[in-house]
Formats: sequence, structure tokens, C-alpha cells
Amino acid sequence: MSTTTQLRPTSSPGQDPVRVERRLPRFAPLGLFLAGIALGAGLSALTGFSVTSTVIYGVILGTLAVYVASRAVEGRRKATDRLVTSLVTTAFGIAMVPLVSLVYTVLDRGLARLDADFFSASMFRVVGEGGGAYHAIIGTLVITALATVISVPIGLLTAIYLVEYGTGRLKKAITFFVDVMTGIPSIVAGLFAFALFTLLFGNSFRAGVMGAVALSVLMIPVVVRSCEEVLKLVPNELREASYALGVPKWRTVVKVVLPTAIAGLGTGITLSVARVIGETAPLLITVGLITGTNLNPFDGRMATLPVFAYYQLTQPGTATQAFLDRAWTAALVLIVFVMALNILARLISRFFAPKTGR
Amino acid sequence: MTATKAPSEPPQQRAVRRPGDRIFAGSAQGSGIFILLVLAGVAAFLISEAIPALTAPAEDIPGGEGLASYIGPLVVGTLLGAVLALLIATPLAVGIALYITYYAPRRIAATMGYVIDLLAAIPSVVYGFWGLAVMAPTLVPFHLWAADNLGFIPFFAGPASTSGRTMFTVGLVLAVMILPIISAIAREVFSQAPALHREAALALGATRWEMIKMAVLPYGRSGVIAGAMLGLGRALGETMAVAIVLSGGAGATVNLISNSSPSTIASNIALRFPEATGLGVNTLIASGLVLFLITLLVNMLARWVVNRRADFSGAN
Repeated sequence: MSTTTQLRPTSSPGQDPVRVERRLPRFAPLGLFLAGIALGAGLSALTGFSVTSTVIYGVILGTLAVYVASRAVEGRRKATDRLVTSLVTTAFGIAMVPLVSLVYTVLDRGLARLDADFFSASMFRVVGEGGGAYHAIIGTLVITALATVISVPIGLLTAIYLVEYGTGRLKKAITFFVDVMTGIPSIVAGLFAFALFTLLFGNSFRAGVMGAVALSVLMIPVVVRSCEEVLKLVPNELREASYALGVPKWRTVVKVVLPTAIAGLGTGITLSVARVIGETAPLLITVGLITGTNLNPFDGRMATLPVFAYYQLTQPGTATQAFLDRAWTAALVLIVFVMALNILARLISRFFAPKTGR
Repeated sequence: MTATKAPSEPPQQRAVRRPGDRIFAGSAQGSGIFILLVLAGVAAFLISEAIPALTAPAEDIPGGEGLASYIGPLVVGTLLGAVLALLIATPLAVGIALYITYYAPRRIAATMGYVIDLLAAIPSVVYGFWGLAVMAPTLVPFHLWAADNLGFIPFFAGPASTSGRTMFTVGLVLAVMILPIISAIAREVFSQAPALHREAALALGATRWEMIKMAVLPYGRSGVIAGAMLGLGRALGETMAVAIVLSGGAGATVNLISNSSPSTIASNIALRFPEATGLGVNTLIASGLVLFLITLLVNMLARWVVNRRADFSGAN
């Protein structure tokens, strides 16, 4: 907690006549901080005890106590240092609160309907309790897979172009606009897919591929950026050795550069899938939602997990609780998907890393 | 880093161009150009679908008072939520980044960074759920308190919402969402601060905070600014969390804690698009175009700041 690691525990200050600089005993800051927390609990009890107010009062009082004590014993500079340590640690603590609260809430409310039915039944002819998200999970997998099939070749080839071939203004322009594309709001990507397919196939056309195109717009820049970073890490000596053996450039890229970078490429692509699998807005305005299972992404609306969750929450039918339960379970499953992809990405980078790597 | 220099130096004597090479290089370059076309396409298709709304007479636009008065309040709402989120998130993100790079015990720092990164991976619709179920009810007492005690500030003029589904709550949820983005970038630049500068500061007797103030923060300043801009871009375009949490009105007001806050562009599209027909669709696409332009501007500015830093820092 409060950092005293760099201080040597000295005999109690003032005993040693030579030592001019005075320091708080090693565990004094921590003790003072805890005393502040205890005082905070007391203060909170005066106004009706609650954990929140205890923590808020306690952190403020504890920080003040450490600051005042340090100021008296150690001087202004050291006191400021301790104050900042406290503030920075508090900032980190504050950031952990929403994470913990979010995970707890989703688990708490999502576990109610996490049963076999949820993964095997669709919402076809379900108006009240029961039903599940089978159709939505399948839809999410189909649309995300389609988006991956569109994005990965384009993204990977562009990254290869930027690292291996690109020169001059075209390279600069692509780098810059890929960066800009990273910031396109997801809803705008959805509007783009809608406008594109409306112009091509008319107003009432709805299909999973619209969603896949929208997701691709969001996914391509992520793929390009991560693959580019990884390809840049491949040592030039490998390429030069290959050229020296008379291997053509394209074979060098395919047989030397890509296999060397495969772990990083796998990680980057997995993370980009994780980024789009939870996207809701573009799917909401393009693919929409149905209650049955549709496996054909080129014809008709499809259900997807995020959109399913959204509508279950915001438009509950008469059996409100059943709808809310399904919504939270869908949110839980969605988080599990994203976390699984993140862990998979880490495993890929661990197990497929080149043997000579760091 | 090393790869960018060597491979494409034009040699004196032209090498043999094999068909395989030509196809591969061509398709790689083609993909790059395709991406530029997609971006141009996004703008072009949005404009072409927005034109009917731009040229329509004012009374045909939903609301009946023309495009500007339809989109105007939405722009106010979008900026209000995003700026509030930015003001809350930036100092916290800097604190987190400093904690992970210079304060946390080495052994657990990497894990903590990973946990914070996971916050960025959680889908926005889940943030919306959480905002609605946890944040909004939790913040109701603050809304009431603010209306009573801070009412003289226009932002807290009240009357306080009793559901907590206000622009203030939205700002906090958005702050949580952009926190990992800003802190990831801040962490990266802070950890790149030259070790020699840091060690020199410590060797001269600086405390840890003085070392950070003298060696790390000046170095990382433009990185933090760029990260904040990227976070702003994300907050401006955030859709689902706002659509779920906010229960707004239509007027252009800066009041954060009442039920009358304007919606944001993105959430307005998400809420109205599924049921929109005819000119309504075009109007929504026109508002999407405005959002696109705003985020484009913010992102280009952020990239410019990042690249300017890359030029003189010597880190790359």
C-alpha cells in the first residue's frame, strides 16, 4: 500500500545524532492510514453507517493523517510524495470499483437463467418464461465468422503492404486513414452498411451479411494495426538471409515472415474478433432481430446475442422477470465469449511464439 | 522498425519481376487502396443517403422545424456527455497509469494492467445494463443532493431526476468505458520515459513524485493528450450504453441532473432507426454524418498530436 519499500527501517528517529534526515518508522504511514479509515468508520456511523461513506471518509482522513505526520517529521517534499502516492493508489482503487461491481452484477443476475435451455432453445413462439438464445448465439457466430472472413485477408494483406512493400505517400495515407478508421463510431459503420445495401438491393433488404459488412468496417483497421506491429518485429536478418538464397520476395513473405510472426498475428486477429463480437449498434440497425433460427446470412433477418440482450431488457413482454433474466444471462454469455477470446489470444501468443523469441 | 528501411530500396540494376511477386505485391497494394475506398465509401454513402434530408423542406423533417433544430440539441447532448466523461476519466486514467508503471509492486503490475485492459473489452451493451441497474439507482441521492446544494450552477439546476437516468449518470458510465483506453496509452508513454532522465532525477535526491513530475510527465504529456482525444472520440460515438441508460427529453439544455437532457446523436439513431421510414431514415443518416464528421475531426487531431510527438521523442 503506502510505499516504504525504498526506506531502510532505521532505529527510531532522533536516536542517532549524526542522522539529520528524519523518517517515519516503516509501518507508520500504513498504521496512520488505517487509523484514518477507522476514524472514517466512526464518522460514517454518526450519519447512519454505510460501507461507501466509510471508505470515502476513511480514505480522505487516512491520506490527511499520513500527510500531516509526514510533514511534521519528514518535511514538505517527502510529505508531498506520500500525498501523491496516496492519490495515485486511490485512483487505481476507484477504477477497480466499477469493474468489480459490473462483474458481480452480471454474475448475480445472469446465473438465474444459465441453464441448458438457454443454449438449446430459441425464442420461437415463446412469449413468457422459458425460451433461450440458441438462435442469437448461432447468429452472432455466423455473422462474426463472416466478418472475420472479410476482414482478415484485407487487413493482413494491407499490413503486409505497409511493412514489406509500401513507400511514399500511399503508405502514409493508408497508415493515417487506418488510424482514422479505428475511430469510426460503430453506429456510423452500421449506417454505412445500411446505405450501401439499400442502394444495391432496395429498401427492405435485410440479411446477416449487412451486419458482417458493418462489423468488417470496424474490424479491418484493428487487424491492420495489430498485424503491422507484429510484422515490424520480424528481424530484417531473416528476410535478408532468404533473399541471399535467391528466394523471391513473395515467397520470403509467405514462408519466412508470416510463419515467424504467426503467434502475434493469431493474437491480434483473435483480439479483433473479441472487439467486434459484442458490437450491438450496427447490428441493431441492419440485421435487427427475429425469434427463430436463421442460418443463412444472405437472406432475411438474423438474431444476434447483443441485440437479443438489448431487446429483452428494453422491451420486456408481460412476463417481465423472464425477459430480464434472459437479458442478463445473454449479457453474461457475451462477457464469457469476450473473455474466452482474450484468454485464447494470450494462449496463442504463449504457445506459438517463435522458439528463438524473447 | 528495422523492417521499414531495407526491403524496398530501388537497386541500380532492376531485379527480375516474377509473376508471383507481381500478383502478391499487387494484391497487397490493392487491399491498402481498398481500405481507402471503404473510408471514402462510408462518407459517400452517408452523404448520398443524407441528401434527401438536407434538401427537404423544414416542415417535413421529424419535429417539423428543420434539420438544424433537429440535430442541434443532439449535438449538445453528445458533446455534453462526452466532455463530462473526459473530465472525469482523464485524471483517473493518469493516476492509474502512474500507479501501474511506477507505484505498483513489479510482480503484480503486469496483471493489473491486464485487468484494466479487460475493462476495455467488455461490450458496450453490458455497460448499458450495468449503468441502468447499478449506477442510476446508486446516483439518485447525489442527484437530489446536487439539486439542493449546487443548484446555482446551471449544470445542476434540477429538478433532480428520481430515476437517475440522466446525462450525469451517462457521463460517469462513459467515463468508466473510456478509462482503459486513456490509461493504456498513458501507461505506454509513461513507461517509455527515458530511464536516464528518471535515474538522474533520483540520483539528485528527488523523491518519487518529483522524479515523475520532472522526468515522466513532461515526456508523457502529449501522449496523455492524444489518449484523451481518442477516449473522447469513443465517448462521442458510444451508442448502446447511452441508449439504455439515458431517459432524456428533446430540449438543448446543459442541465445534467434533470430528465430533460437531450439525447445523443448515436443513441438517438439506435432508438429511432428500427422504426423509422421515409424521410425519417434520411434525417437519422444526416445526423450520423454529423457524428462521423465530429469524430473524424477529433481522431485526426489526436493522431496529429501522436505523430508530432513521435517525430521528436526518438522513442520510435
